[in-house]
Amino acid sequence: MGQTRAVGLPRWVVVPAALGALFVLLPLVAIVAQVDWSNFWGLITSESSRTALWLSLRTSTASTVVCVLIGVPMALVLARTSFPGQGVVRSVVLLPLVLPPVVGGLALLYTFGKRGLIGQSIEVVGTTVAFSTIAVVMAQVFVALPFLVVSLEGALRTGGERYEVVAASLGAGPTTVFLRVTLPLAMPGLVSGAVLAFARSLGEFGATVTFAGSKEGVTRTLPLEIYLQRETDPDAAIALALVLVVVAVLVIGLARQGRSAL
Amino acid sequence: MTLSFTATVTDRDVEVSFDVADGETVALLGPNGAGKSTVLSVVAGLLRPDAGRVELAGRTLLSTGGYADQARVDVAPHRRRVALLAQEPLLFPHLTVLDNVAFGPRSAGVARAEARSRAQEWLDEVGIGELADRRPGQLSGGQAQRAAVARALAAEPDLLLLDEPMAALDVAVTPALRQTLRRVLAERTCVVVTHDVLDALLLADRVLVLEGGRVVEAGPTREVLTRPRSAFAARLAGLNLVVGAWHDGALVLDDGTTLAGLVAGESPVDGEPVVAVFRPTAVAVYRSAPHGSPRNVVPATVTQVEPLGDLVRVRAGDLNADVTAPAAAELELVPGVEVFFSVKATEVDVYPA
Repeated sequence: MGQTRAVGLPRWVVVPAALGALFVLLPLVAIVAQVDWSNFWGLITSESSRTALWLSLRTSTASTVVCVLIGVPMALVLARTSFPGQGVVRSVVLLPLVLPPVVGGLALLYTFGKRGLIGQSIEVVGTTVAFSTIAVVMAQVFVALPFLVVSLEGALRTGGERYEVVAASLGAGPTTVFLRVTLPLAMPGLVSGAVLAFARSLGEFGATVTFAGSKEGVTRTLPLEIYLQRETDPDAAIALALVLVVVAVLVIGLARQGRSAL
Repeated sequence: MTLSFTATVTDRDVEVSFDVADGETVALLGPNGAGKSTVLSVVAGLLRPDAGRVELAGRTLLSTGGYADQARVDVAPHRRRVALLAQEPLLFPHLTVLDNVAFGPRSAGVARAEARSRAQEWLDEVGIGELADRRPGQLSGGQAQRAAVARALAAEPDLLLLDEPMAALDVAVTPALRQTLRRVLAERTCVVVTHDVLDALLLADRVLVLEGGRVVEAGPTREVLTRPRSAFAARLAGLNLVVGAWHDGALVLDDGTTLAGLVAGESPVDGEPVVAVFRPTAVAVYRSAPHGSPRNVVPATVTQVEPLGDLVRVRAGDLNADVTAPAAAELELVPGVEVFFSVKATEVDVYPA
């Protein structure tokens, strides 16, 4: 087999490209170098670490499920319909991608908090949302949802409507077409979107600490725990940070696999 | 299953009206942009015309109103009982061939086992029953299009729309598929959009020629092709058609000339009447008989020479050859000259008459 020649590639671009790769790689190496390996296992299995890790996994899973349940219909509406103001709606949905998470947290607080826009109505039912585990999930959904919507909308647009037209001409109603044709064909996009949403939820800090606070076992997720431990026990913070790095690497691997599945 | 169609699509400048009788196949011929695809889209429910009315098997599929206090109707595509077969097979890549074909029956509420057994029957019918368990990605283009035919038929539509069903296929597999289509479409109500006069000749009972969004010619296929009035039909009609009998693997004319060609489907039996069809552009013209060539050679006397676009059409009785102007000049082709028409066997399609 011959090798194709890269025509549009000036040789000098390799230098900045390599520098960029190093810039990302070096800090990861630094973390690994800092880990106190002799106590590593003890550090990541301490009571507070396990509590935080378990809370992070539970809330991130819950938020991923919520993202799928509301993100799939959103992506479908954005990809398959056209209505006035659609561009504005899309921009608003994608806003959390560029919004500082702490601003998102504030926004959630003034919506669902005790004196928030609809928080008062929620309180009538007898619950408060802010500073609860539910608030953690809400903060994560707020920041992670755009990842799923963008990924899936892209997959739906690339796939096009041709298969759906054929399915309808064979007598399949819209729900059947969605379940048996649209969804299976967009599955790689959905999987990689869900994986990205999970990763974003797992790493969520700013919105969580603003909207949900940092109550151990209730709202203190792993990133919050790392931030707190950094002051009192840097070794524990680094060990936990490495755990998040490993999870992130696994997630990227999964997302790549999801994309190449079809 | 009669279709009655009237539609106006203003921004595409299409204004077309026609009927298709029960069990009849109508071919829509015409150059690109003539409005053929627009017509199909309206019938399938993918495009709503500015004005129009579509009725199929006694049901109103579409009515834009304005016709003597009729209500507005626009039946959803999946309730129209109109199946669409496109250029690309568009088999669902995540389902097996069998489940692709079972898709229509399943959508109609047929139980899985029953749907699959019906699907298997249709796959057998189009000649790829043994490929049922394959994934679409493992089929050749011709096999995939056969599966798509089976899938469309399995949905038991009242009307079948074929949009250039053979345009995307390798020329080597089109004759066999055309023969299969001819068989399975025989008693069905069908509309075939095509560029190919062979499709019209062998699949359709009647042709409509569209040009500039209007029907410019309509009638029984042979009539339109033998006495064309529109420019497009005239260009199509130049196809060479030779009638003879099948002897020893070739068509034999009354004068003893033999023509070898590609047989679609099963080989005819000896003595069976057959038709050979080939394009004038596939014919090479010689002044002396070419030797040592695997081509078919037919002696002919030039009766007429006329310009045809960039080419020159050489007529010799019922046969036509299209050659370049320099070639015509060099051969000194004028009426009365004795020539030899030569055509490769691979350019000749042979069908049972």
